[in-house]
Amino acid sequence: MNRRLLPHPLLSLTVFLLWAVISNAASSGLLLLGGLLAFVVPLLTRPFWPAPPRLIRPWLALRFCAVFAADVFTANWRVAWRVIGPLHRLSPAFVEVPLEIHDPFLATLLASVVSLTPGTVAIDVDRQRWVMLVHALDAPDPQALVQEIKARYELPLKEMFAC
Amino acid sequence: MTAMTESAIAALIVLGALFVLLGSIGLARLPDFLTRLHGPTKATTLGVGALLLASAIFFSTREGGAISLHELAILFFLFITAPVTAHLLAKAALHRQAKGPGDDPQATVTGDSLREPEQRSQAAGRKP
Repeated sequence: MNRRLLPHPLLSLTVFLLWAVISNAASSGLLLLGGLLAFVVPLLTRPFWPAPPRLIRPWLALRFCAVFAADVFTANWRVAWRVIGPLHRLSPAFVEVPLEIHDPFLATLLASVVSLTPGTVAIDVDRQRWVMLVHALDAPDPQALVQEIKARYELPLKEMFAC
Repeated sequence: MTAMTESAIAALIVLGALFVLLGSIGLARLPDFLTRLHGPTKATTLGVGALLLASAIFFSTREGGAISLHELAILFFLFITAPVTAHLLAKAALHRQAKGPGDDPQATVTGDSLREPEQRSQAAGRKP
């Protein structure tokens, strides 16, 4: 019953929170409307959603967000120095990261995280070989970058979702 | 609004502006398309993030103002759309480079998966 009425609990939560934030909801009427939207929107859009893997360890997701925020901050400073420093010392490189995650949704999440972290942009995920192509602004040691992406982002993602 | 919150807001605005500026400097200075792509990602994450945080604090602590959280929604939408644009731009750049007249695809593209099959065979035929 639960799965049929609420096919995507996370999507419902997102819709509700977004509604509350956008409308700055203080009155109970607005919150009620948000609840209704959170209930109806996933039901109406159900055919469009692929079956995403289930989040089994939410506390790991919180830690992942904290690590990600800290990384965005430090990587920003690092890249800022690279940008105003001498350009000939940069060694931009394409890096191929072999993925252990074989799920389109998680691969998208991983690629987004990599792109949002300054200094690296995820360009392509090859779904035949499950390899993610990443362009790095400054990677003197590409192998170290591969290890870092796998250990910092891929492993927690794999652990927190059932896949 | 106390002096404490005011200085925090001022510091956040300066930090945000600094990173937007650095992102723009990167965009102007870096030599080629793919490295330039790294400038705007920086500006959108920390730069706009700090500016929006400052805005949220300012409008929440204003006299007679309610808590303002619109900024979180902006940040959320920015964070889920910025990687998509970066991804599309990078992919388009690689395809155009690979298909450009007189370009050697071998020299510009390293990922085998990015080339269309017929191009791959062409490249293989030209460079045995």
